[in-house]
Amino acid sequence: MVQPGDAITPGTKGTPATVKRYGPLARLNHWVVAFSLIALALSGLALYSPYLYFLTGIFGGGQTTRWLHPWIGVLLFVSFYVFFAQLWRANLFNRDDLTWAMRFKDVVAGNEERLPEMGKYNAGQKFVFWGMSALILALIGTGVLIWQEYFAVYTAIETQRWAALLHAAAAIAIILIWITHVYASIWIQGTMRAMTRGNVTAGWAYRHHRKWLKQLAGLRRKTAPQANAVEHTKAAKHLGL
Amino acid sequence: MFMPNVPVGQPVPGFSEKDLIKRSASSVPEPARRLTEVAKLIDISKCIGCKACQSACIEWNDTHPEMESFQGTYMNPHDLTPNMFTLMRFNEWTNPETDKLEWLIRKDGCMHCSDPGCLKACPAPGAIVQYSNGIVDFVHDNCIGCGYCVKGCPFNIPRISQTDHKAYKCTLCSDRVAVGQGPACAKACPTHAISFGTKDEMKAEAADRVKDLNSRGYKNAGLYDPPGVGGTHVMYVLQHADKPHIYNDLPDDPKISSLVQAWKGAGKFAGLALIGFAAVASAAHAVFAGQNKVTKHDEEEGEALTGKDA
Amino acid sequence: MTQPWTDIKNTDLAIVMGGNAAEAHPCGFKWLVEAKAHRGAKLIVVDPRYTRTAAVSDYYAPIRQGTDIAFLLGVIRYCIANDKIQWEYAKNYTNISYLVKDGFSYKDGLFTGYDEMKRDYDRSSWDYQLGADGFVQSDMTLQHPRTVWQLLKDHVEQYTPELVERICGTPKDKYLHICEMIAATSAPDKAMTSMYALGWTQHSKGAQNIRTMAMLQLLLGNIGIAGGGMNALRGHSNIQGLTDLGLMSNLIPGYLSIPTEKEKAIGDYLATRQFKPLRADQTSYWRNYDKFFVSFQKSMWGDHATKDNDWGYDYLPKLDVPAYDILRMMEMMNEGKVNGYFCQGFNPILSIPNRAKTTAALSKLKYLVTMDPLDTETSNFWRNFGIYNDVKSADIKTQVFQLPTTCFAEEEGSLANSGRWLQWHWAGGSAPGDCKHDTWIMAQIFLRVKKLYQAEGGAYPDPIVNLTWNYADAEEPTPEELAKEVNGYALADQFDAKDPTKLVAGKGKLLVNFSQLKNDGSTSSGCWIYSGQWNENGNNMARRDNADPGNMGTFLNWTFAWPVNRRVLYNAASCDMQGKPWDPSRKLIEWNGSKWVGNDVPDIAPDAQPGKVQPFILNQEGTARLFTRALLRDGPFPVHYEPFESPVKNVINPAIRGNPVARIFQADVASFGDASEFPYAATSYRLTEHFHYWTKHNRVNSVLQPEFFVEISHELAAEKSIQNNGWVRVWSKRGEVKAKAYVTKRIQPLICDGKAVHVVGIPLHWGFMGAAVKGWGPNSLTPVVGDANSDTPEFKAFLVNIEPTTPPAVS
Ligand SMILES: Nc1nc2c(c(=O)[nH]1)N[C@H]1C(S)=C(S)[C@@H](COP(=O)(O)OP(=O)(O)OC[C@H]3O[C@@H](n4cnc5c(=O)[nH]c(N)nc54)[C@H](O)[C@@H]3O)O[C@H]1N2
Ligand SMILES: Nc1nc2c(c(=O)[nH]1)N[C@H]1C(S)=C(S)[C@@H](COP(=O)(O)OP(=O)(O)OC[C@H]3O[C@@H](n4cnc5c(=O)[nH]c(N)nc54)[C@H](O)[C@@H]3O)O[C@H]1N2
Ligand code: HEM
Ligand code: HEM
Ligand code: SF4
Ligand code: SF4
Ligand code: SF4
Ligand code: SF4
Ligand code: SF4
Ligand SMILES: [Mo]
Repeated sequence: MVQPGDAITPGTKGTPATVKRYGPLARLNHWVVAFSLIALALSGLALYSPYLYFLTGIFGGGQTTRWLHPWIGVLLFVSFYVFFAQLWRANLFNRDDLTWAMRFKDVVAGNEERLPEMGKYNAGQKFVFWGMSALILALIGTGVLIWQEYFAVYTAIETQRWAALLHAAAAIAIILIWITHVYASIWIQGTMRAMTRGNVTAGWAYRHHRKWLKQLAGLRRKTAPQANAVEHTKAAKHLGL
Repeated sequence: MFMPNVPVGQPVPGFSEKDLIKRSASSVPEPARRLTEVAKLIDISKCIGCKACQSACIEWNDTHPEMESFQGTYMNPHDLTPNMFTLMRFNEWTNPETDKLEWLIRKDGCMHCSDPGCLKACPAPGAIVQYSNGIVDFVHDNCIGCGYCVKGCPFNIPRISQTDHKAYKCTLCSDRVAVGQGPACAKACPTHAISFGTKDEMKAEAADRVKDLNSRGYKNAGLYDPPGVGGTHVMYVLQHADKPHIYNDLPDDPKISSLVQAWKGAGKFAGLALIGFAAVASAAHAVFAGQNKVTKHDEEEGEALTGKDA
Repeated sequence: MTQPWTDIKNTDLAIVMGGNAAEAHPCGFKWLVEAKAHRGAKLIVVDPRYTRTAAVSDYYAPIRQGTDIAFLLGVIRYCIANDKIQWEYAKNYTNISYLVKDGFSYKDGLFTGYDEMKRDYDRSSWDYQLGADGFVQSDMTLQHPRTVWQLLKDHVEQYTPELVERICGTPKDKYLHICEMIAATSAPDKAMTSMYALGWTQHSKGAQNIRTMAMLQLLLGNIGIAGGGMNALRGHSNIQGLTDLGLMSNLIPGYLSIPTEKEKAIGDYLATRQFKPLRADQTSYWRNYDKFFVSFQKSMWGDHATKDNDWGYDYLPKLDVPAYDILRMMEMMNEGKVNGYFCQGFNPILSIPNRAKTTAALSKLKYLVTMDPLDTETSNFWRNFGIYNDVKSADIKTQVFQLPTTCFAEEEGSLANSGRWLQWHWAGGSAPGDCKHDTWIMAQIFLRVKKLYQAEGGAYPDPIVNLTWNYADAEEPTPEELAKEVNGYALADQFDAKDPTKLVAGKGKLLVNFSQLKNDGSTSSGCWIYSGQWNENGNNMARRDNADPGNMGTFLNWTFAWPVNRRVLYNAASCDMQGKPWDPSRKLIEWNGSKWVGNDVPDIAPDAQPGKVQPFILNQEGTARLFTRALLRDGPFPVHYEPFESPVKNVINPAIRGNPVARIFQADVASFGDASEFPYAATSYRLTEHFHYWTKHNRVNSVLQPEFFVEISHELAAEKSIQNNGWVRVWSKRGEVKAKAYVTKRIQPLICDGKAVHVVGIPLHWGFMGAAVKGWGPNSLTPVVGDANSDTPEFKAFLVNIEPTTPPAVS
């Protein structure tokens, strides 16, 4: 699946070809999300365990940590779902993802050649994507229920107990996913620039998201050299991708 | 003999930090001495619902409850609040056995549990403490206002102030007890429905009361000192100890909710362990599997696909 | 109270009927809780509402307000029928065996001598048959048809359990259970205490309510004994002191009375008050009336009260009517006959019946002076507060002077509790702003009035200019000076009555107690019953020794109880005819062969022989009165009458409305409603969280009970579609209020004479000033009807209607 703005920038002499993956707004959006989650994890973990209570120091003490955390949660929720709106289509699962997942051993081993060709996102990324989407929903839902200052009066304490328990569980889950996510972007060399510079090398795209690259390449041939995003989209639709 | 409202002897004056046996989100060393456990005994069969205890509590703690409105009951304010640590709750109950009306009036407030759910839930080190005499106290300097104590408490006691965002509840007048005085509410109670002394004394007094109530036909009279929370340091004499819930939902068998146990129990360590594991596993993977790098071949193929353009 | 509060711990059975002891007297109530906890005492509550007293009772029964006489006469009937009478006591210590004049009779609700026009009786036939010796005739066999016993038996015969149920609405089974519990205390070693207050007094037959129980207690032998007695739980912390000190329009201190205008000379006055004994050997204590009176006059006018001017008898005002009570004052004010009024610690706008009338009356004054620590409704009666005080301010010309005073906590002095203990207290703080002690204000007024009289003369300046005023600072007498003045001084050396060589109080010294009072002008005492409160031993009211050697709750070294530090009145009746306690385990006093000794100060001469001098020495018979002679205006025996406004007809005497001699003013007759228009039986009362109309100025009290409400049953609520906590309008012939409804199981419809009577309960604490939510009290609704004897308004039984309504607009 190709997304608006995805485009190949052909290489010239000395500069290899790159493939554009994220526009500046998308990247800004991602980093807001990333920052929020980190802040949430730190502030949340501070309350999660006495061993980590010292983390409240980062936020200026327990009281601030207590009130700030949920507000950052709101920021995370909003920014994530803005991000989500841009990406969700590309993260719809397809048949290849099943194959990919079934060959997870090869994924971990980095035997990419034994995996099916991937679109813009592989099944792992999609899992991260949907996992985060679901957990953020769960976190905002449970988080609001235990948000003492504004919402505690509206629910029964038993409900709040459930919420607290689930919030903590969801928090752990999302942190695990986040670790995976970050690790993956480090482990797979050349990934980080997708979120920093916005593009990846053609080689990276060929190795990890060949189908996506092929689609982009195919598109490129079918459209004018100065192809713009709008046309890509139209074309993509036309191709039924 | 008529017992004075406040014990003449000083049960355990002068306790302080060094008598802590529990401290929220932290641990304390075993104290050098163990104080005698104290208790407040609330005898519902002697309570006339006059609310002198409530006003004494307001006065002593210098709280400023809101002026509210009539609520369709004699109970006021409408609930425990950060400014109202104790509250008379009224229930008009028709006894199905005798078909007689009984007006059950219960003084609600912190029970000073031996196993305090509030303290268990509290994430802030030292915001809730328990002294070896049994008093569970909130230390406001350390409180962050998260409201976890509310969720932890099996009796729905703590209230979080919207003004200073700290948790409030009955202190068992720890500040008075520390200087050899009984709680303000006990002192004000005109009928001696509230007494205060060592836990053993209070149990003995309760036994005496239960005998009297039995003789008056309350065959299920008894002491409410629920074992589910390890016993409490505020206890009730109930005419119908077999059904505490008729006293405005006094829990029949209170214990720290299993949800809270799960939330605050082993799950916590499991969570941290998982996070640690994930981090370590990632690092290990990086070490053993090496980075997933783009090969020369990939580069060429990529270039080929993005091809020297038309 | 005949007992001290502390004696309640000695009881076996308490009956709280006509009061709500736990809510209105929580601190005293502790002694009952103590009796329950440690004596196994039982508590019965009989009240139209299930109160907080009922919440800790052993047995509760409802009663329709205003029907206690029928209930209690029925209990007497039960005791007679089941022979539950303490016979030795009743025969010897009451007038049960005395013969009543032949002219006396009772028929159809009326006694001999009724005059319908005057609404009064000729009471001359209501008396004993006296012998030639002037002593009362009696028949100890009780067989004579004119004995009190025979008359009483006839009188109560009518009040069967069925009739009681029909009148009172008390279910028969509950009623009989209570009869049985009460009757069991006729055993000589069992005691019942009766605790009552306004549920009995605030009726047009209030005094008779109390008498009926007194009669029952006498038949059971429960007066004078530990744990027994008739215990009027008094109101304001010093209302006992108020009556003791004669702050009533018809009294002077110590229950001496103001002369009437017919009593032109001191001789006329004393003749009707110095009762001669009606039995041989009997002490009649009021024989000493002249000593108390002359000593009072000496304390008032000192050297200006001399034998020659009849001890200043002319200085005293003389009454043209029985009393200038508050209802009469308002009536006169409303008629334009009063033009200035002082309200000292009094908030009549809220506290007296028919607020519309009170407002109209105050509006006709030239000036109103309020002396109060608070900004009361009365001080602001002329200001418009929307629906809460909807007056036309522009039309009210009354000039109001507000004099801020201190309150009890800011001054030193003594308070008399219900148990007659004079307890000294010290100022707990100093007063804010310009507040002054009441004594300072009154001294200022007095000194200025005196100056005016001195300067201008006037019709009769003598009582004012001659008034004794020898305080160190004339501008402000101190509590100590006043207390000593009340105690009394020896104006000449006083010697022991039995040993004239023994000096008991040298000239100028404080008297030991009232036994030294003389009728020759050599002693002074402001209030004879208080004599002993501050003598040469010091301030006895400040004593705080809580030792109780006999463990009888007498605490003789704690403060001072009048009279002469006696704790239980009539305590000689706690012993049998040999002077031995009826119950040796509860010994107050006993005869040791030569004198009375024990844990209390004997209420009899120390050497008065048991069996000879009977214990009720304030009665000229020496015995207590089951038949009260002509002392009450409405009959020597109590009779059931309905309240003036009653939801049902008087089933035994349908022709009689209310108490036939209750005090009503012609002008108010038009303002009485009846059951066709106002079908519900209302009553008014206090709640434990508040004190009248002034704790609503205190935030803490107000928080605990913030807003006006009325209490009704679920049945009435359903009938009228009223929701709990919903708004209702309640109205009577005299006005209306809006309130939140408290729909409660604690009020149940009473089935009286076959039909359901719904009770509407109206607590009284709200108004338009203070910290609490604005509201009304019951007195926008209550009628102006006074008790036949005390003029106490009928606050406890009146008629209203009720309907759901919308909340008042917030103002
Ligand atoms: N908390 C508080 N305590 C007070 C006061 C106060 O304002 N607040 N005021 C003080 C004063 S001045 C006084 S005089 C006393 C009054 O003390 P109480 O007389 O005890 O008080 P009340 O509330 O007026 O009424 C008593 C009860 O009488 C019941 N009653 C009404 N009519 C009848 C009847 O016909 N028969 C029977 N058997 N019961 C009836 C009412 O339901 C009510 O429960 O309280 C004193 N104590
Ligand atoms: N419907 C209905 N009406 C009733 C009753 C009822 O049961 N039903 N009860 C009646 C009874 S028993 C009573 S006693 C009356 C009470 O009626 P009130 O006596 O009129 O009422 P309080 O509010 O007690 O008024 C006392 C005033 O004294 C003031 N005060 C306090 N201390 C001092 C002081 O040291 N000096 C001065 N100068 N003022 C002081 C207080 O501020 C207060 O304003 O109400 C009566 N009215
Ligand atoms: C320090 C933290 C983070 C780093 C270094 C990081 C890095 C990256 C990188 C490099 C990509 C591009 C991958 C690609 O395009 O193939 C990416 C994508 C993405 N990141 Fe992050 N990220 C971080 C935190 C987060 C957080 C906290 C979230 C969400 C809560 C998040 C959500 C996403 C999503 C949704 C994508 C797009 C992938 C998809 O849609 O499947 N990231 N991230
Ligand atoms: C999405 C919106 C979120 C909201 C509204 C929210 C709200 C809350 C609230 C109210 C608390 C209680 C402490 C406090 O009041 O500060 C809390 C605790 C916590 N939150 Fe969140 N949160 C959100 C998201 C997150 C996320 C994304 C994470 C994890 C990365 C997280 C991790 C935690 C943790 C670990 C705790 C402590 C739980 C415990 O002590 O058991 N929260 N959160
Ligand atoms: S002070 Fe005592 S009697 Fe009054 S409400 Fe409180 S516990 Fe009950
Ligand atoms: S609100 Fe309660 S749980 Fe939270 S820190 Fe304060 S005391 Fe602890
Ligand atoms: S009652 Fe609740 S607040 Fe009190 S000690 Fe027990 S758990 Fe804590
Ligand atoms: S013990 Fe103290 S803090 Fe607790 S309810 Fe009583 S007065 Fe209030
Ligand atoms: S006046 Fe005060 S001390 Fe006396 S009974 Fe009432 S509440 Fe108690
Ligand atoms: Mo009163």
